[in-house]
Amino acid sequence: METTGDLLSQARRTLTYLDELESEAVHVFREVVGEFDRPVLLFSGGKDSVVMLHLAVKAFAPSPVPFPVLHIDTGHNFEEVIEYRDRTVERLGVRLVVARVQEWIDSGRLRERADQTRNPLQTIPLLETITAGKFDAVFGGGRRDEEKARAKERVFSLRDEFGQWDPRRQRPELWDLYNGRHRPGEHVRVFPLSNWTELDVWRYIARERIDLPSLYFAHEREVFQRDGMWLAPGDWGGPRSGETVIRKTVRYRTVGDMSCTGAVESGAGDVATVIVEVAASRLTERGATRADDRMSEAAMEDRKREGYF
Amino acid sequence: MYTTHELLRFATAGSVDDGKSTLVGRLLHDTKSVLADQLDAVERVSRDRGFEGADLALLTDGLRAEREQGITIDVAYRYFSTATRSFILADTPGHVQYTRNMVTGASTAEAALILVDVRHGVVEQTRRHAAVAALLGVRHVALAVNKMDLIDFVEGPYLAALADFGDVATALGITEFTPIPDSALRGDNVVDRSDRTPWYDGPTMLEYLERVPVGVNPASLPFRMPVQYVNRPRTPSHPDFRGYSGRIASGVVRVGDPVVVGPSGIQTEVTGLEVLGVPVIEAFAPQSITVILRDELDINRGEVIAAVDEPPSVVRDLLGTICVVDDRPVNTGDRVLLRTGTATVPAIVRGIRDRLDLTTLARAQAEDSLCLNELGTIELRLAQPVAVDPYSRLRNSGSFILIEPQDGSTLAGGMIEV
Repeated sequence: METTGDLLSQARRTLTYLDELESEAVHVFREVVGEFDRPVLLFSGGKDSVVMLHLAVKAFAPSPVPFPVLHIDTGHNFEEVIEYRDRTVERLGVRLVVARVQEWIDSGRLRERADQTRNPLQTIPLLETITAGKFDAVFGGGRRDEEKARAKERVFSLRDEFGQWDPRRQRPELWDLYNGRHRPGEHVRVFPLSNWTELDVWRYIARERIDLPSLYFAHEREVFQRDGMWLAPGDWGGPRSGETVIRKTVRYRTVGDMSCTGAVESGAGDVATVIVEVAASRLTERGATRADDRMSEAAMEDRKREGYF
Repeated sequence: MYTTHELLRFATAGSVDDGKSTLVGRLLHDTKSVLADQLDAVERVSRDRGFEGADLALLTDGLRAEREQGITIDVAYRYFSTATRSFILADTPGHVQYTRNMVTGASTAEAALILVDVRHGVVEQTRRHAAVAALLGVRHVALAVNKMDLIDFVEGPYLAALADFGDVATALGITEFTPIPDSALRGDNVVDRSDRTPWYDGPTMLEYLERVPVGVNPASLPFRMPVQYVNRPRTPSHPDFRGYSGRIASGVVRVGDPVVVGPSGIQTEVTGLEVLGVPVIEAFAPQSITVILRDELDINRGEVIAAVDEPPSVVRDLLGTICVVDDRPVNTGDRVLLRTGTATVPAIVRGIRDRLDLTTLARAQAEDSLCLNELGTIELRLAQPVAVDPYSRLRNSGSFILIEPQDGSTLAGGMIEV
C-alpha cells in the first residue's frame, strides 16, 4: 500500500507527510554541516536517536556521516541497548564518544542522589564533554509533542557558555532560515525531529524497516512496581521492602536510565502492533514511563534551563 | 481511490481574550489528541484555581511565566492528525508586543485561522493579524467568529463581524476567506457540527482544515535549489562523486534539464539526481536531493541552482519589507548580515523608506529606524551579489533574515520586493 501511495504521490508531485517530515529533517542536518565546524549527535540507542542517525545516513549518502555520535552513559543501562549501540556505530563506521557519569561520581565531581536516579546527573557530563570536544552543534532527538516546554523550543536552540536555555530570549525562527550564529563558548542544540510525533517516529521506523533495540517490543522481564511504574531491578538497585518482583510481559516506550524508565504492560511484539498500541494509547510516553518528568508541572522547563537535553 | 496522507501547516491568531488558547485546546481535545495524563493535569490545576470544568487553555500555555500570568508569550507548535491529514499548528500570541511571533508563525503557514470575539467583532489586533497573513503570503484564511454561546447563537452579530472583516480583507488583497461561527468553550462547530447554528451550512473548523488545498503544484513554479552542501565522499567506492545537496525550494527538475547557477551565472546540465541516495529521473519541491552536474564546477554553499528559462535575479541592492523581531531597532547605516536561501552576505541598511501601520494599513514616512514589532520597507546594499526572487512570486527564494554580526541575534525577517 505504501508503494502504491508513493508512486501516486510521485505522479501527482505531492509528498506524503512522512516524506515531508523526512525532507525537512534532512534539510536541518545539511544546514548544520554547512554552517558549523564540529557537530555531534546525541545517541543513546533510544528510538528517536536511532531515527536521527538513520536520517543522517540518508542526508549525506554516498558520503559517510560527517560527525561523531555522543552517548551520556548513566551507568544504569539496559544491556541490550549498549549492545545495540556498539553494533550500530560499528556497522555505520561512525565514531562513538562516551561520557560516563560514573567517572564524574568516582572523581567527586558529582554525588549520587538519595533516590538513586541518575537522569538529572547527566547534565554536567554532557556540558563538560561538549566543551572538551569543542562541539558547536549538538543534535538532539527532542520532539515538540513530548512536553509543553518543548513545544516552544526552536529547531536551532542557542545555549550560552553555561549551557543554559532561556525561553524568553529565543531567536524567532522564520521560514526555513535557521540562524546558527553563536559566540565562542556558546553552542547550538539542534532538533531535526522537532515536528515529529511519537506515532510519526514509529511509522517511519516501519516504513524504513529500521532495526531497534529489542526492549521496544514485548518480552518477559522481572519487574516491580514503584510510583505506578514497572521498574526493572539491576546494578542501579532494586525493590525496597514492600515492593515485590514479578515476571511480566512488557515493553518500553522510551529508553533511559533504568532507575527512572518504566516498562509498560504490552503484548506488542513487532512494529506494526506497536503502532496500533501507540495510536490507541491514552497516556503520553513521558507521562507513562518517566519518573523524572512527574516531579512538577515545570520539571522539563527547569532541566532544560540548566542545559539538559 | 488512494489518497496520500498530507501535511498542513497552519497558524492561529487572535486578540487577547478572544479565546484562542481555548480554541486550540478544543481542537486538540475533540480530535482526541489530548491524552489522559495531560487532561488530568489540566483538570487538577483548573480545580486548584477554582474554575468549573477543565480550562482547555492550560493545555497550551507551556512556560511557567505564561501559566502565572495567564498569557501566551511564545509561538508554540501543536500536532494532531485525522484519517486524511496531519496538522502542524503554530499557536501565536495575541498581544501587540508579540507581532513578531505572529510573523514567525505565519512564515511557514499555508493557512491562517483568525479569531474574533463575536461580541467585539473586528478589533485592532484582528487587522494586524490579517495584515501579517496577507503580507507573508498565507494562501488561505479562515475567520473563526468565537464565543457564539455568549449571544445565544443568533446570526446577526456573526454577519456583522463577517462584513467588517470582509472590508479589511478587501483592503489587504485577501481575495477570499471562510467564516465559521463557533464556540470553543462549548465545542460548537470546532470538530463537531453544532445544532445551535441551523442557519449556518458552511464547514466546521476541522472540515475546513481537512479540505483546504495543501501546497501548490510544483510544476507551476520555476525550479530553485539553494546549495546547502557539496557532497564529495572521496571514498574507495565513490572516488570521483561530486554532488550538490539541497532541498528544492520550488519547481521540478529532471535529468537532462539545462540549469543556471546563481549568482555566478554558469550554465550547465543536470546529469544525475538522487533523492536521499536513490537515483531518480525527476524530483520536485520540497524534496531534499543531490544534483550531479555535467561539468566540474566550483559551486559552493550559498549558490542557487535554477531553471535556465526563468532564472532568479542577481542583485547587490535590495528593497524589502521587514518586521523587526529583536529588542534592538534596525537603523539607517547599520552593518548587518543578510541571510537568504543558504547565502550569508554582509549588508548595509542604506535607508528606511516607510513604516507600515498595521492598523490603518497606511505606509507612513519613517525616521531612521524601525523598532521591535514594527514593519517597514528598507533598502539594503550587499557586499556580494545574491540570486533572489520577489517574495510574492516565490516565498522561499524571496525571504531573508537580518543578523546582528557581533552576537548573531536575528534582528528582522524580510520579504524581497525587487
